[in-house]
Amino acid sequence: MSEFLQQLDPVSLLSITLITATPLTLAALGGMMCERSGVVNIALEGIMLTGAFIGYAVAFFTHNLWIGVAAAVLSGMIIASLHAVLSISLLVDQIVSGMVINIMAVGITGVFYRTYLESATSAGPGTLPHWNVPVLSSIPVIGPIFFENQFVTYAMLVLILVVHFVLFRTVWGLRTRACGEHPRAAETAGINVHFVRYVNVITSGALAGLGGAYFSLQQIGNFLPNMTGGRGYIALAAMIFGKWTPVGAFGASLLFSGSDQIGSRMQSVFHVQIPLQFLGMLPYLLTIVVLAGAMGRAIAPAAVGRPYKKE
Amino acid sequence: MAGWRRWLLSAVLVPLVSVICGFAVGAIAIVAAGADPLMAYSALFAGAFTNHNALAETLVSTTPYVLLGLAVAIGFRAGLFNIGAEGQFYIGSLSGVFVAYSIRGLPGIVEVPLAMIAGMLGGALWASIAGALKARFGAHEVITTIMLNYVSFLVASYLVDTPGLMLARNVSTPRTPDIDAGAVLPNLIPGSRLHLGFVLALLAVPIVWFLIERTTIGFRLRAVGFNQNAARAAGMSVGRTIVLTMALSGALAGAAGIVQILGVNFHMTDTVAAGYGFDAIAVALLARSNPWGVLPAALLFGALHNGASFMQLETQVSADLISIVQASVIIFVAAPAIVGWLFRLRRAPTETVAITQREVDAPTT
Repeated sequence: MSEFLQQLDPVSLLSITLITATPLTLAALGGMMCERSGVVNIALEGIMLTGAFIGYAVAFFTHNLWIGVAAAVLSGMIIASLHAVLSISLLVDQIVSGMVINIMAVGITGVFYRTYLESATSAGPGTLPHWNVPVLSSIPVIGPIFFENQFVTYAMLVLILVVHFVLFRTVWGLRTRACGEHPRAAETAGINVHFVRYVNVITSGALAGLGGAYFSLQQIGNFLPNMTGGRGYIALAAMIFGKWTPVGAFGASLLFSGSDQIGSRMQSVFHVQIPLQFLGMLPYLLTIVVLAGAMGRAIAPAAVGRPYKKE
Repeated sequence: MAGWRRWLLSAVLVPLVSVICGFAVGAIAIVAAGADPLMAYSALFAGAFTNHNALAETLVSTTPYVLLGLAVAIGFRAGLFNIGAEGQFYIGSLSGVFVAYSIRGLPGIVEVPLAMIAGMLGGALWASIAGALKARFGAHEVITTIMLNYVSFLVASYLVDTPGLMLARNVSTPRTPDIDAGAVLPNLIPGSRLHLGFVLALLAVPIVWFLIERTTIGFRLRAVGFNQNAARAAGMSVGRTIVLTMALSGALAGAAGIVQILGVNFHMTDTVAAGYGFDAIAVALLARSNPWGVLPAALLFGALHNGASFMQLETQVSADLISIVQASVIIFVAAPAIVGWLFRLRRAPTETVAITQREVDAPTT
């Protein structure tokens, strides 16, 4: 039994699961702020890619990782404001606007990576330092999982609570949800629907931009074209599977990121051959299942996807 | 006369101006990347049209865009946003290539249609999953088709990588066996790669136009797109129309996949995600969901796609530049208010913003 546990190594399994769930959770939180206010955000992928690129480029040229992280967040906000202008003010279909940003992000990061970074020879900025929280990190099991991480993972853990608090315990959250469920009623009650939606869309850019910084500044200390590899869409799936709640989205992200880890260990420990492709399908299939209402229905905010025209 | 002018404005002028504006935005990016936009664009043009065989190659690239653009456009007409064209493309390729390498020694006139039917059927079935989920459970097709895209990539990778399934014997990189010689689409111009699939794609345009505009199915499809409640009140089955529309859309996307196999690749590899799905949406948007409009839009995308690598070779501007151009073109097409503002048009055609006739929370008065 002990040998089996040693092989399975549950502590490192959970630790890696938490780390790889970081960008998924952050982008899902962003998508949630956006969708709760009534704006669909399929641009999470593009925002993360932009954040990863700008974060790395700024860190590379300033030799400062923290300025890089700030730049990733800021660039996420800027590209999200394009989504806001297009979908809220210009009444462009929100799916189209999100798609435009995804295509644009591939173009911008590809063009400028090739020009300014691909052949750069000086040393990269490295990765964000590991911080061990005094006392807490020496607790067995919990310590190594939660308290020996890097900045973006800590930030994610805090932001889950912050987003939960903002959405369900503040006036702003109430207004946000009102705009997502029934914008006309919200406007009648004196809420500026466009303003609420703008702020939420831009906030979602900040969260997804920070998620992007995970890839380039926390994980590998480099930028690679298209390095987000579709994880913006898995984040979208996590948001839906978590039924548009922060804690749910975090759980879904853990489930999705854990499934690859478990898959590889299944093979080494139990010698069970599950094709990795089947485990990879899990997030997508589960999302379809909850959308079909088979595992407790996932119900989107009522007005999500619809542009709102003022009277 | 006024109606005619409106049509000219919304179907010709706005897309045309959008394309010009898209290239202008691209030029800004080229300057920011430290290159000369004129040189980059003339290399792009040369790579797309005037180099040796370039025009034939552009038409080769245009072929899947025509079929995929039609696939998305037909969905738009019924108010459905099929982001899953890419997944249907791969499932169509998979089912079609399976037939095309399994059958041996029959004449082309038999093998090609069999493979085409298999490909279209694969795409149609895959897309109707999303249609059925929407019709039965109200699951939004945008989300389900995105999810199904990734599932299809993994299905393709599983089938192509696993010995005993579709993996060819004795190959260094995983791929399916080559298709039978009889299933290869004949060349149109000797010495080029331009194949009969281009003609098939051209034929699909009037067929899809006829289907949408002149048949009962097309009428139902448009009725559901305009107003589901009215369609239901008129006795149409909205659910069935949604599933059927998705199936038609998927069949076209599957056709794009199998035509690419039979005409260009001759086998399938496990490396997927060429980004066709998003490009297809862009083509349909630029075409204003009109089957005839799909042709010039697909030609533009085919030319960009084909010219980009020569541009990168000649001027060091990354081929990814065309993504910036494409994204900007869609912004200007989808937000006619910007074009109207640029040209100080009194009445910009704002009603075209509703791409899929989605409901707008607007005052009812």
